[in-house]
Amino acid sequence: MELTGGKHIRGTCSGMCCLKIENLGVKFGKKVILSDVNLHVHCGELTAVIGPNGAGKSTLLKAILGEVKHTGSLQFVNAFSEMAQRPLIGYVPQHLEFDAGAPASVFDLFMSCTSRLPVWLMKPSGIRKNVLNALERVEAAHLIDRSLGSLSGGELQRVLLALALEPLPNLLLLDEPVSGVDRKGLELFYDLVSEMRKRHDLSIILVSHDLELIAQHADRVLLLNGTVLSSGTPGEVYASSAFFEIFGDNGFRGGSK
Amino acid sequence: MMDAWYRLVDLVLPFEWTSHIFMKNALLAVLLFSPLFGLLGTMIVSNRMAFFSDALGHGAFTGIAIGGLMGLMDPVWTAALFSIAFSVVITLIKHYSKASTDTVIGVFSSTTIATGLVIMSRGKGIPNSLLVGDILSITPGEIAFFLGIFAVVIVLWILILNRVFLISINRSLALSRGINPLWTEMLFTAIIAVVVTVSLQWVGILIINSMLVLPAAAARNIAGSVRSYHAFSVASALVSGTGGLVLSYFWNTATGATMVLLAALIYFATLAVKIRFRK
Repeated sequence: MELTGGKHIRGTCSGMCCLKIENLGVKFGKKVILSDVNLHVHCGELTAVIGPNGAGKSTLLKAILGEVKHTGSLQFVNAFSEMAQRPLIGYVPQHLEFDAGAPASVFDLFMSCTSRLPVWLMKPSGIRKNVLNALERVEAAHLIDRSLGSLSGGELQRVLLALALEPLPNLLLLDEPVSGVDRKGLELFYDLVSEMRKRHDLSIILVSHDLELIAQHADRVLLLNGTVLSSGTPGEVYASSAFFEIFGDNGFRGGSK
Repeated sequence: MMDAWYRLVDLVLPFEWTSHIFMKNALLAVLLFSPLFGLLGTMIVSNRMAFFSDALGHGAFTGIAIGGLMGLMDPVWTAALFSIAFSVVITLIKHYSKASTDTVIGVFSSTTIATGLVIMSRGKGIPNSLLVGDILSITPGEIAFFLGIFAVVIVLWILILNRVFLISINRSLALSRGINPLWTEMLFTAIIAVVVTVSLQWVGILIINSMLVLPAAAARNIAGSVRSYHAFSVASALVSGTGGLVLSYFWNTATGATMVLLAALIYFATLAVKIRFRK
């Protein structure tokens, strides 16, 4: 199951070659959300996490981020098998909880993330150029002066992707929204993610609901429901009995979706 | 230094109302107070902390009561320490508790204000200035002290605003950018606590939260970016602050309350603008 060396040239994976999660568990009070989760993510790999609602998919991402406490070990190992420092993690949240009237432009969001200069006082043209470049990557340069509340679901997702890639992270965590992004937007998003992955040899963990697009883009799939029920290539997982129990026949097998 | 200010006022604003020294002092004080309220208010509103900052006012009130009880020379320091501690406790509870935040704040806020009232009522009674404020009695020494606070807050705001703003957008996102939300929030609330405490006796506990929330709420109606949000909020605070001072002089009304009424007026005006232009 583990790929070691060979496939990727050393040193090309932005300093980190692998995320090793062993025996990870998360509890909220007495309620067990996740237990005994094991996962290895190698550089350049896209791992998709699927599962029913409440399976703990978003919680897994938040545990990796360090937002929720967890048991078990979580190690980042770099290309030379050394324990890496806390790596740079890019994160695209499932949704932003701000009200649509919040006075914040796309530029403000970028500047507050990437610069220490006070957003409330200045608008340096150098930073503006960087932001435009970053947005260019996801075909969203025209959105720079729009307010966050006025973006559509798909636009917001692309802006957040551009933000997560600035600066280029060791590990990219994507929490796909359940709704609010149309089919075309979703396909565009997956194409962009795949392209970024190839270009920058990124490690990506993607929480997703679209089984068809995962089959096209993911190297590895993790079927999660409190713990790992099945993992492997999309083909392997989709053929497993656990997958059948959760998604039934109309999940993906027929390809009728 | 104050002489220079007095001369400047006589030169620029040669009116009857500025001929009094207390009005000149109050005007300078308002020019310092209001921008701070405008600045801090932006993130209080964006982080949905209006009720929280109200509770901080209550904490500061009790802090002053305790400071007076301990008979220290200047109760404002005890009060500042107490309200910083109070703000830290509420932030921690807010962070770790799963209970509804506004209930928790409500409980703490009412406990504190009752404690303060009990302490004060046993002593000299409750000074009116703490309730409705008394900006007309501010002295040059106190203004100088506030100038120091003003400078510190501006510097801190330059340093932490980006982080506070990002947390207001999304905590997880902030975390992924290496920001510690808890520490940032504690620093932010401690700043509010100090500003509220030192300005409490001039602005008044019944007034202070309105001056923090209303200008920012008004700015939010019409701003489209963080910069314009701050600019409108500070401008709105300055206009209602100075306007309130002048109007209260001619109407012979409570200064703080007049300021708040003006701020409310600006809020409703911007709300109308927002409704008209949002199609």
